[in-house]
Amino acid sequence: MSRQTPETLSGAQIVVRLLERQGIRTLAGIPGGAILPIYDALSQSTRIHHVLARHEQGGGFMAQGMARATGVPAVCLASSGPGATNLLTAIADAKLDSIPLVAITGQVPRAMIGTDAFQEVDTYGLSIPITKHNFLVGAAEDLLEVVPRAFQIAASGRPGPVLIDIPKDVQNQLVEVSEWPAPGGAAPVAPPADELIEAAAAMINESLKPILYLGGGVVHSGASAAAVMLAEKARLPTVMTLMALGAMPVEHPLSLGMLGMHGARCTNLALDECDLLIAIGARFDDRATGKVAGFCPQAKIVHIDIDPSELDKIKTAHIGIAGDVCTVLDALVPRVEVQQRAAWRSRVASLKASYPLRMPGIDDPRTPYGLIRAVANCLDDQATITTDVGQHQMWVAQAYPLRRPRQWLTSGGLGTMGFGMPAAIGAALAEPERTVVCFTGDGSILMNIQELVTAAEEKVNVKIVLMNNSSLGLVFQQQTLFYGERIYASKFKGMPDFAALAEAFGVPAVDLDQESDPLAALSAALSVRGPMLIHASIAIDQQVLPMVPPGAANKDMIGG
Amino acid sequence: MNSISGLENQALARTVLELDVNNHAGVMSHVVGLFSRRAYNVEGILVMPVGSGVTSRIWLLVNEDERLDQMVKQVEKLEDVLAVRRHGAEHEVFVRLEEFFR
Repeated sequence: MSRQTPETLSGAQIVVRLLERQGIRTLAGIPGGAILPIYDALSQSTRIHHVLARHEQGGGFMAQGMARATGVPAVCLASSGPGATNLLTAIADAKLDSIPLVAITGQVPRAMIGTDAFQEVDTYGLSIPITKHNFLVGAAEDLLEVVPRAFQIAASGRPGPVLIDIPKDVQNQLVEVSEWPAPGGAAPVAPPADELIEAAAAMINESLKPILYLGGGVVHSGASAAAVMLAEKARLPTVMTLMALGAMPVEHPLSLGMLGMHGARCTNLALDECDLLIAIGARFDDRATGKVAGFCPQAKIVHIDIDPSELDKIKTAHIGIAGDVCTVLDALVPRVEVQQRAAWRSRVASLKASYPLRMPGIDDPRTPYGLIRAVANCLDDQATITTDVGQHQMWVAQAYPLRRPRQWLTSGGLGTMGFGMPAAIGAALAEPERTVVCFTGDGSILMNIQELVTAAEEKVNVKIVLMNNSSLGLVFQQQTLFYGERIYASKFKGMPDFAALAEAFGVPAVDLDQESDPLAALSAALSVRGPMLIHASIAIDQQVLPMVPPGAANKDMIGG
Repeated sequence: MNSISGLENQALARTVLELDVNNHAGVMSHVVGLFSRRAYNVEGILVMPVGSGVTSRIWLLVNEDERLDQMVKQVEKLEDVLAVRRHGAEHEVFVRLEEFFR
């Protein structure tokens, strides 16, 4: 607490002051009746830039983009009722991917709660299962404790979203403030027991066919370099989840890329043969493991995660270590022996040679892989890549040369179409020096298309690469493969003119279909600062392969 | 409610969970929500404030199944849960209440 001359402030002014003290300089949201006092207080802030989203879900994903790009909790605002319900998807998405987010919602005045008042909804009750924690604030003075605590909870341990619901009369309530609390930061995590580290090191040292399995927790913990060091010292072939892409550079000789449903065949086959799986900051998600009984069937498991409830949740670990993965790795690496593992590495090399990831058309920018590679060729590793959800997301995960943690922002756990563009706007707001590319599809883009005007208004350096196959491509693919080619509700009959649509929103557009030299047009579009939509048609029958059929074991993948 | 019959229900081993929690309006929702969203029936619930009323104690009577360890870990993660203790079914807190349910 820092003591100052007492000031009489409203709850709304206290919120804004606490956000300023927390270091928040940009936030996203939409005003409405029940949050107007906070907006009035925000209008007087010279330190906070408010980005006006056009749908609360867009505002939520902008905050997510900021948080994912920086690792620091970001803030979104919404009013009561529909404002809050519109925000829920973005909050749930943050929960499943462990993203630190502080959502602030207005609520009807306390005296009207429970009366079915205009724009009243039980935001507190609705948000319980999708937040790490939530608050319904009962008095303005409580904000002095609740707001820093919300940031602390969001950032501590396994990060996650926190919601603060503030009734309008609490926002207007005047209280005298003489002391300000310290900003909320991540609480320290207890270091792991030494014997567990010893036991894990011994298991790694004794293993003949180990594989290192990195998850999003490695990125959250800032442990990418330490994880690569472990892999190099013990010569561990390394797989990454969707959330961990970038933790180990794609062309690292030990990298086997992404595992699971759309991983390379060699990656899943190597996992099938391993005798030790070292899972770090990963949660054995079903898209990564396939049928659990068939996942690494011969392997012992060392599982390191900051969340104790992840240990033994899906697979029983022989050694489970609850702790911050960065701390654990710092303790583990010195105890691990330098090894060559010639036999295992040669076996993995032969799997890679026999069953590589096949990327047909990689040299042709009119194919999915070729377009992704052409975009990458125009950029360096400083660029940030976001995606929406669907085929394009998996193609980018497979083909984009990701080399940097936090380079890759994608909706993994919830798989939310509509994530990509607002998240890209948020990432660009947080790190304006970077080029942010959002790969999207014609299905996903329409789910938050309204944020194009926000991109134009904020002049963010966001390049939207729209891969248009006139369908919900992954649904089309699954109907083709698993539902007897009964294509239903996945082919679009109407199709907007996306270039004209972008221009109508104030975002310039280029249609690669119309360009005689698409590579030159692409390069030109990516080199101009500011928002841009780049449209490219792709064939509807292009599939993401290989693919593990839902419910099957990873080794039984089709294609590739 | 789960779909097991009354007889099967009685055959299952029971566990009593004792939770120390902060005493405010949302805490019960947080705790029981963890169970209900996993379709894990809570057979008995008892809550009373402790001492000055800053904290409360929640007693839960649950059937033991293979998810119980995970349930306890999830309960321990709740911000308003200060401590969780596990007891066997022989714990008398619910036994003594039985006279009110005759």
